[in-house]
Amino acid sequence: MHISPVLWQFLIKWLHASALFPPEASTIAPSMDALYFFLLLLTVIGLLLVGGLIFGFSLRYRRSRNPVATQIEGSTLMEATWTIIPLALFLVCFVWGALLYFRIYNPPANSMNIYIVGKQWMWKAEHPGGQHEIDSLHIPIGRPIQLTMISQDVFHSFSIPDFRVKREVIPGRYTTVWFNATDVGTYHLFCTQYCGTQHSGMIGEVTAMTPGDYEKWAQQSTSGMSLAQNGERLYASMGCNACHNGSATARGPNLAGVYGSKLTLTNGSQVLVNEAYLRDAILNPSQHVTAGFAPIMPTYQGQISEDGLIDLVEYIKTLQTNYRVQQTQVTSQSNQAAPITPEMVKP
Amino acid sequence: MSTAAYSSNTIVLLPDQATAKIPKKNYINAEHGLLSWLLTGDHKRIAMLYLISITFFFFIGGAFAGMIRLELLTPQPDLVSSDTYNKFFTMHGIIMVFLFLVPSVPATLGNFLMPIMLGAKDLAFPKINLLSWYLYVVGGVLILAALVLGGVDTGWTFTTPLSTHYLNTHVITAAMAIFVAGFSSIFTGLNFIVTIHRMRAPGMTWFRMPLFVWSHYAASILMVLGTPVLAITLVLVALERAFGIGVFDPTKGGDPLLFQHLFWFYSHPAVYIMILPGMGVISEVISTFSRKRVFGYTAVAFSSVAIALFGFFVWAHHMFIMGVSNYSALVFSLLTMLVAVPSAIKIFNWSFTLQKGSITFETPMLYAFGFMGLFTIGGLTGVFLGSLGMDIHLTETYFIVAHFHFVMVGGMLMAFLSGVHFWWPKMTGRMYPESLSKLAAVTTFIGFNLTFLPQFILGYLGMPRRYHAYPPEFQVLNVLSTAGATVLGIGYMLPLLYLGWSLKYGEIAGNNPWQATGLEWQIQSPPLTENFVEIPIVDYEAYDYEWLAKKQKEQVTTVG
Repeated sequence: MHISPVLWQFLIKWLHASALFPPEASTIAPSMDALYFFLLLLTVIGLLLVGGLIFGFSLRYRRSRNPVATQIEGSTLMEATWTIIPLALFLVCFVWGALLYFRIYNPPANSMNIYIVGKQWMWKAEHPGGQHEIDSLHIPIGRPIQLTMISQDVFHSFSIPDFRVKREVIPGRYTTVWFNATDVGTYHLFCTQYCGTQHSGMIGEVTAMTPGDYEKWAQQSTSGMSLAQNGERLYASMGCNACHNGSATARGPNLAGVYGSKLTLTNGSQVLVNEAYLRDAILNPSQHVTAGFAPIMPTYQGQISEDGLIDLVEYIKTLQTNYRVQQTQVTSQSNQAAPITPEMVKP
Repeated sequence: MSTAAYSSNTIVLLPDQATAKIPKKNYINAEHGLLSWLLTGDHKRIAMLYLISITFFFFIGGAFAGMIRLELLTPQPDLVSSDTYNKFFTMHGIIMVFLFLVPSVPATLGNFLMPIMLGAKDLAFPKINLLSWYLYVVGGVLILAALVLGGVDTGWTFTTPLSTHYLNTHVITAAMAIFVAGFSSIFTGLNFIVTIHRMRAPGMTWFRMPLFVWSHYAASILMVLGTPVLAITLVLVALERAFGIGVFDPTKGGDPLLFQHLFWFYSHPAVYIMILPGMGVISEVISTFSRKRVFGYTAVAFSSVAIALFGFFVWAHHMFIMGVSNYSALVFSLLTMLVAVPSAIKIFNWSFTLQKGSITFETPMLYAFGFMGLFTIGGLTGVFLGSLGMDIHLTETYFIVAHFHFVMVGGMLMAFLSGVHFWWPKMTGRMYPESLSKLAAVTTFIGFNLTFLPQFILGYLGMPRRYHAYPPEFQVLNVLSTAGATVLGIGYMLPLLYLGWSLKYGEIAGNNPWQATGLEWQIQSPPLTENFVEIPIVDYEAYDYEWLAKKQKEQVTTVG
């Protein structure tokens, strides 16, 4: 038998290159695949059932075999059966899916945080040690990694299929996702939300490395300034310390230890200070006035880039005592300030 | 009245072709000239106007689909530029959703049949009916204008802030087109609701109405209540784009997610606007070709209403990964699971309608079987996406593309073609060629599966939707999909050709070629302008084949 060479090549390519399932490269992937196979099984059973009914009845009750139809009004018992059984199965899918969802969208407390900034049409990753990368992400395997993501312009979506995680990256608010990579390798990174001309070019590579290799990579790639150090510089240059200087007479609230605390605002509401709150408070200060302070802070909307905000937030997170703020104030030039010790940079 | 076509394998009963004639007086030749069509108040003529216009737009939308599949033959972006590709899928989506799927069955078959099925002379507001067609045309022309002027590349979802701040294509024109076409949809829905409530013939109680009418009733409620939200949303997009009012702009205190909420508040029910009328067609066809009353009539009727009600409360399942609160996602996932149940009920009721029937396999029935199989896949893959955790991996990939094409094309288009073939003899007075149309039905089914089954796998592998270029390892599946699209294209071209041919050369159909029970089959084909010579009095249930047999026997006795 003669097979055309083009077809032959096509078949070879198919057999070699076409997997039906992506590799499982994170701790979440096997759980996702388990649910997938359950749903697949459900679909196949449903399809066989409906197909079987159609074909079976068509053969048995075709006109040439059954010339006269017998009228049947219906059956409450059968209606109840095919209401309750599908409902029960769908509820199983609901509960299973919900458990998985809460797992993927609730990062463990001990995860290492990496910031992601999306913009048309590139991904910027910012590691806590100040390593910046574009359209690539280096991560150590075997530890939970949380991504805190924000978009500078339109909606994007951060997807790593081999890890089975994805999350929308939205302008104006932080979203998070986490994963724990299990295998060393490089994986696709896609933007899955349509974001304009080069949408399909907004892709990158995730490189999962052993913790040792990651350590080496981090040391070679650092710019020398951690995010918090960048933030400190910005803090000084924007003049934040004119009010937020930690002294008793300061016009702005003391920022030392503010991260993770509960604040009472002038409108009486209580808020948990997290990254999103800090970012919002810088951009829309009039809506986030701490109780006991006057609403005098101007908005910084449009004056600080998302990267700058991340730096500031990271800096504020490191402030455990007033000492640091006052140092910044005294020197007013962060590059003359005492360097941040490694312990102050929370991974 | 005997014919050669009558055998044990078919129920087709045609008048003697040697003597049969198209009735001298009917709605087609009641008046002549273009103006008599453009100024008509007759629901049947308006339905034909709609049929021609949606077919036109279907093939334009289909051409864009063809271009998309052609580009995706190779992983490299080599056929057209990225901007052009983005315009292709945007135009494909906008045209197919707003100018084909939403009006497809209701505005054509629904318009034609609703008054006849209820025993009325016309819809409640004939002039509003005509106005709705004109609004549709204005919407369509605006879309074409946007297309000719340079196109739109927002995606059919108009996601902000991309659509409001970042694109410099004809967004406002396209938004206004949909705004105007939306009113066409509202008016159609309004007309149907009033007609069903007020214009039923004596004896036509709610539970004697054909299920086609029930499903249109449910769809009409969705049209009337949902479409205004879309209209407002698109106006906000236009205002934001033109004047920067800031409703969706985070830097002005707006919320980009608000747009998604508003958009999907319409666009999810819109899915049911599209599919419910199709389900109505399937009920009629399955019943007729198995010679049996639809199993569990009330269950099928109420499941339509249940879908319409639940359909309004599941919109946020399009936003599970978009940073909505985890707990609200939980609620919407649960409601999504609930809305899947009435669809399952329908599928099982149709399946059991076949039981103990006397089944024949004419073209409408083949399309209906295609619908049931493909809709089952489409529906069950919807459960994948409704299941929260699974949705994270599958959403925004080709899996979701395959899923909604199974529901919309595999489901709705199959139902539409089933209905067009089923009522073609009533609308035109002539039969379509049977063996050719069976070939078309099978071609469509094969082509469809070849096109969209590979896309499920692509989606699980992670290929994102709306990608102009893709990693080379996805090529084989994409080639399969494109090959399928070619077959599918042939499957859709065939009916266009032979239905056109049949207008002149088709066999004369007579009043009731299928020996169906609906009121529409008891009058001449094509019907008179006023539908009925005298207002019918309905003293039998829907799908009463014994009544029909008795009636036919009486006629034979009287005549013979």
